[in-house]
Amino acid sequence: MTEKTKSYTDRTWDFLCSLKLTIVLLLLLALTSIIGTLIQQNAPAADYIREYGQANYELFKKLQFTDMYSSSWFIGILALFSVNLICCSIKNFPRVWKFFKEPLLVAGPGTFKGSTNTAEFSSKDSKQEVADRVSTLLKKEIGKPRLTEKEGKLYLFAQKGIYSRLGPYITHLSILIVMAGAIIGNIWGYKAYVNIVEGSSIDQVLSRNGTVPIDLGFTVRCDDFDVSYYPNSNRPKDYNSDLVILENGQEMARKRIEVNHPLTYKGITFYQSSYGPAGSAFFKVKATENASGETVEVKAQQGQNVPLPNGYSFAVTNFTENDRNFGPAMQMRIKTPDGKNGAPFVVWQNFPQFDVKRGGVFNFALLGFEQPQFTGLQVAKDPGVNIVWLGCFLMVFGSLSAFFFSHKRVWVCLEEDGKKTKVLLAGNAHRNQPGFSLAFEELQEKVETSVKNEFQKKEG
Amino acid sequence: MDSGQLFNLTTVAYFAAMVLFFAYIASKNKTVALVATLASLAGFLIQTAALGLRWYESYQILGADGRAPLTNLYESVVFFAWSILLIYLLMDWKYKQRTIGAFVLPIALFSMLWAQMSLSSTIDPLVPALQSNWLTYHVITCFLGYAGFAVAFGVSIMYLLKIGKEEKHTGDGPMGGVLGMFPATKVLDNLNYTAIMIGFPLLTLGIITGAAWANYAWGTYWSWDPKETWSLIVWFLYAAFIHARFTRGWVGRRAAWLSIFGFAATLFCYLGVNLVLSGLHSYGGA
Repeated sequence: MTEKTKSYTDRTWDFLCSLKLTIVLLLLLALTSIIGTLIQQNAPAADYIREYGQANYELFKKLQFTDMYSSSWFIGILALFSVNLICCSIKNFPRVWKFFKEPLLVAGPGTFKGSTNTAEFSSKDSKQEVADRVSTLLKKEIGKPRLTEKEGKLYLFAQKGIYSRLGPYITHLSILIVMAGAIIGNIWGYKAYVNIVEGSSIDQVLSRNGTVPIDLGFTVRCDDFDVSYYPNSNRPKDYNSDLVILENGQEMARKRIEVNHPLTYKGITFYQSSYGPAGSAFFKVKATENASGETVEVKAQQGQNVPLPNGYSFAVTNFTENDRNFGPAMQMRIKTPDGKNGAPFVVWQNFPQFDVKRGGVFNFALLGFEQPQFTGLQVAKDPGVNIVWLGCFLMVFGSLSAFFFSHKRVWVCLEEDGKKTKVLLAGNAHRNQPGFSLAFEELQEKVETSVKNEFQKKEG
Repeated sequence: MDSGQLFNLTTVAYFAAMVLFFAYIASKNKTVALVATLASLAGFLIQTAALGLRWYESYQILGADGRAPLTNLYESVVFFAWSILLIYLLMDWKYKQRTIGAFVLPIALFSMLWAQMSLSSTIDPLVPALQSNWLTYHVITCFLGYAGFAVAFGVSIMYLLKIGKEEKHTGDGPMGGVLGMFPATKVLDNLNYTAIMIGFPLLTLGIITGAAWANYAWGTYWSWDPKETWSLIVWFLYAAFIHARFTRGWVGRRAAWLSIFGFAATLFCYLGVNLVLSGLHSYGGA
């Protein structure tokens, strides 16, 4: 009974560790991910019913295809993928760790005879002298060698790039770190948006999914919003908002944000994302009393009655940005103190003297007009984002070290052989064998020179 | 001389190189192979100059708003061809397997022809969302990654062409004919892996720089936008390929097929998403 249970656990373990499972899961993830790119995600129900019909929509709902990247089955595949990754690493890591903990300092005869990269020399010098010379060489070429004496023989071991053995594990760990960062961001962060009319402020934003208001804990004021266009086109070049952060009426931060240049305060970031007109335009109007020459400057919105001195008032009844090539013009009328509306007349911004000639109690000049805008901001709080970046950094670092570096090891055995010293050399790399073979040939020549001490002889 | 003329010259050079590579396989004449390689190199150098010139021209036309030539479909297709040549020439320099040119140059040539003949080459100023240094990093890493996969695709085709005949081939002598000119299947299998090993970390970097940029511009590093999703699909496929190397029964033929599917997914990610699906990457819309 126990044996059967054990074999069952073993089989489960082997399944979870297997590389075949990894490949199948990767292909499955690739294949299923396509669904969400073909069926629009998180659209209103009516859209699906219009495009696919009621029956298909219900099927999609059941299969969670309308929000598939957060569906239980997709998360399930990702979870199994993570488990596979962890199990694989647990199974294989101890073997790799052994290279760190117990490097093979003394190579057996099998290494010197059986490997691809081997060489044999002999020297007239003593084995200690040769060992010293070869050590210096190895230190320069590979890394500081470790000397071991065993059964009258001297062994040297040098290695380089052992950390590249960790590459795959760092890469695997990095994927888990990215996932952890994403989960943290999902639980403790939010994505929201807010529109702020120029000159006004907000202290709440709306969640992107569900439009629930979220309290910021501080106030954001938009002092100004601007759009600039490329010359001779209506293609926007830049749009930016002057944002001010206020806490208890105190200004805490201020920044002109634009697309690709957000503002972050207390972990909440504000991104410039859209803009649009807010309410009706303001007209800056100068009224001059013809009798006294006294002037007042007022701001008026279209349709609004604006008081003037002595009980008079006026209203802007219409406006155009370009009146028959004469430029901006407003239509307006005056209300007398007894409540009677005068006849409408037109004032052109570019021709202020026209209205002086009209006569009457007041003449008017249009100084300018302003269309208030709102700025549309995306708002995000993501406490997991730096963890994601850490994961990304490790992923690049890990995959580069896994692909482009290899663990190279070189062993030397020095043995007395009568009056001579027999020198055995062997080398091994855990990847890119052809490349290492070339490097080994070079090393072999250098070792030979060093062993035979030809270098010094030439100098002597 | 404007950049358009230089790009035309590039196209001619790539065409000549391709024909010469075919001629090499047919004639087995090593001088032809050398000339073909030199033609590729010349095309690559002319194209590099053309890219630099177009960059300069953007400042002539747009003043201070000039930018690297990496922003619309025309420029991206041209840059794709350039990336393929860069990766190919580096691999040729290292491995000197000249026949591969015959299977890689056509991809670059086709890209150049398509760009030159039917895509708009106007230099337009950038919308605010694209005004970011991330654009340059993102495009360069992605396209060098794609280029690695393109070379792997060419090599995989060669592998599949050769392996079928090799398995049927009996006798001790080497295989004759055109296929005999191809590198050994073992070498092709290795080159396939090498090209993907170059492409995969670059694609990873491309996805990461894209995510970093999206986070900087919109506050979301990942939103399962079709383009993002397809880049991940490509990543999954090549991740599967890399792991398949360590699994018995997955090397050789299956690996070659995986590489071909990977490149098909890459092309869909690059072009299909923009031309067929909708998303944030707008350059294919026009």
